[in-house]
Amino acid sequence: MQVHFLTKNFGKYDTSSIGSYMNVGGFEALRKAVTMDPEKITDLLTKVKIKGRGGAEYPLGRKWSQARAVRGERKVVICNADEGETTTFKDRELICHDPFNLIEAMIIAAYVVGASDGFIYMRAEYACYRPLLLNAIRQAKNYGFLGTNILGRGFDFDIHLYSGAGAYVCGEGTALIRSIEGKAGRPRMKPPFIKVSGVFARPTCLNNVETLSLVPHLLLDDAGVYASCGSGESIGTKLISVAGNVNRPGVFEIPFGTTVREILYDLAGGIQHDRKIQLIQFGGASGKIADASILDTPYTYEDLRAAGVMVGSGGMLVIDERTSVLDFLRMNQEFFWEESCGQCTPCREGNLHIKIILDKMAAGTATREDIAIMIKIARVMSMSSLCGLGETAQNTLMSAMKVFPDLFDIGGARA
Amino acid sequence: MLTALTKEYPLPSELQERIDLVLESHDCDPTQIVGILLDVQALNERHYVPETTAYYIADRLKMRVTNIFDCLKFYSELSPVPRAKYPIQVCCSPACRVNRVDSHRLISTLEQLLDIKLGETTYDGRFTLEQVTCIGACDRAPAVRINGHVYDHLDTQEKIEALLRSLP
Repeated sequence: MQVHFLTKNFGKYDTSSIGSYMNVGGFEALRKAVTMDPEKITDLLTKVKIKGRGGAEYPLGRKWSQARAVRGERKVVICNADEGETTTFKDRELICHDPFNLIEAMIIAAYVVGASDGFIYMRAEYACYRPLLLNAIRQAKNYGFLGTNILGRGFDFDIHLYSGAGAYVCGEGTALIRSIEGKAGRPRMKPPFIKVSGVFARPTCLNNVETLSLVPHLLLDDAGVYASCGSGESIGTKLISVAGNVNRPGVFEIPFGTTVREILYDLAGGIQHDRKIQLIQFGGASGKIADASILDTPYTYEDLRAAGVMVGSGGMLVIDERTSVLDFLRMNQEFFWEESCGQCTPCREGNLHIKIILDKMAAGTATREDIAIMIKIARVMSMSSLCGLGETAQNTLMSAMKVFPDLFDIGGARA
Repeated sequence: MLTALTKEYPLPSELQERIDLVLESHDCDPTQIVGILLDVQALNERHYVPETTAYYIADRLKMRVTNIFDCLKFYSELSPVPRAKYPIQVCCSPACRVNRVDSHRLISTLEQLLDIKLGETTYDGRFTLEQVTCIGACDRAPAVRINGHVYDHLDTQEKIEALLRSLP
């Protein structure tokens, strides 16, 4: 069943008019936030256990209190709207249906961590929403929600919109920062961590669109609607995007605990032509896969982890029996081979050679030794790559080895 | 701070004015270079950033031209070489590809209709066939993107033909 907590203002107001947004309660959360002690806000976020919704699952309350504690002038809040994971398009919906909420959320974030500048980094594919966001920023400025001495509370904040240009790696924090600085988006070594030295060497707090968008709704959620959904580590609701061979692909807001079957059959309309499910990939290209046995698992952080997959970015790619597991792995591998920035050897060479071995498997010429080499490369990549791209690129392959071991057991038959 | 190249090969004044407008819309901020190059590229009939233009922008923003070339090479949406009037970007992420397993494969149909291979441009400079990794329209697959506009649900040959004909 769908809920409307984060999505409750979708279609309720004119996204080009701040007045219309204020009629549905816009900027009430900000007005409330600035009367609160910032630590109270981070406590609230910790209490409802919000984890970063971009895929890294880092607790938001902890992130903001760390960002607040960092010493340094002119801190920065960045909203990561690069959303490059395949099958993930939830942030697109938030930007196009509720842009003012995102602006409001960034101002609240700035108030909490003490930032003076905000950057939204949006992928080039969403360039059609640029005018919408620029207009929202301009109107917020005219109404005094951005600029100097916001709401008479003596803090200054401004938001700048930056565009990506088709590089998946720019979703990685340090690469994104380089891109905002006007350079090619190649990731760098950490430390220094971006919370200490990020964009223009200023302390930086980087958040996903969905994570940020939750905050204004939570501040106004006196009745505890959010906390009443889900249990354990997985409290509240989650935006998920379903695509692939389903009848009604799209973005849905679900309470944690909804089963995968309910998501696929009730919300996404079932599999095209009632075919069988070959596999489901959770969390985008760098996510993990499962077979149809996962259907009755509840969608929570804990249950998915126990089933060998992860929430990640919230994407779900459903693949029916027409596509073989190996073909899917090759498509996924091609994606990473294309998108590796080529800076570090494990990721550049590893992705190439795994692609070659997968192609050999498809051609039927792979040997037992090839499989062993592939496993070794995948391990080396996850241990020694420069950034998250190389570290997570082989998640899908490694989980495929667990779910479909027969596929990789070729030595015996050929010997 | 004009470099030798801009003096030697000045841009037509009309183009200069249009580029200047783009620069102003980005507050002449050199850190916005990626967004600037995307907009400047859209001004060009062949959707690329010519070398002379890159030098001109570098002069105006007082930045190194190597920085601009680095961006042009790094970002797949930017191009330092001429493309077609309509670069057809075919999404090749798994989410799009699994929706064209049977019946008509999008790329082979396009290759056949345009009589070019992936990565090539038609002789009249109207179409380039490009493969991109994700265009953020997984729920509308199979889809292509042409000059920023997404054309979705291209699951039959008729729809693909109609799309190609509809472009002016």
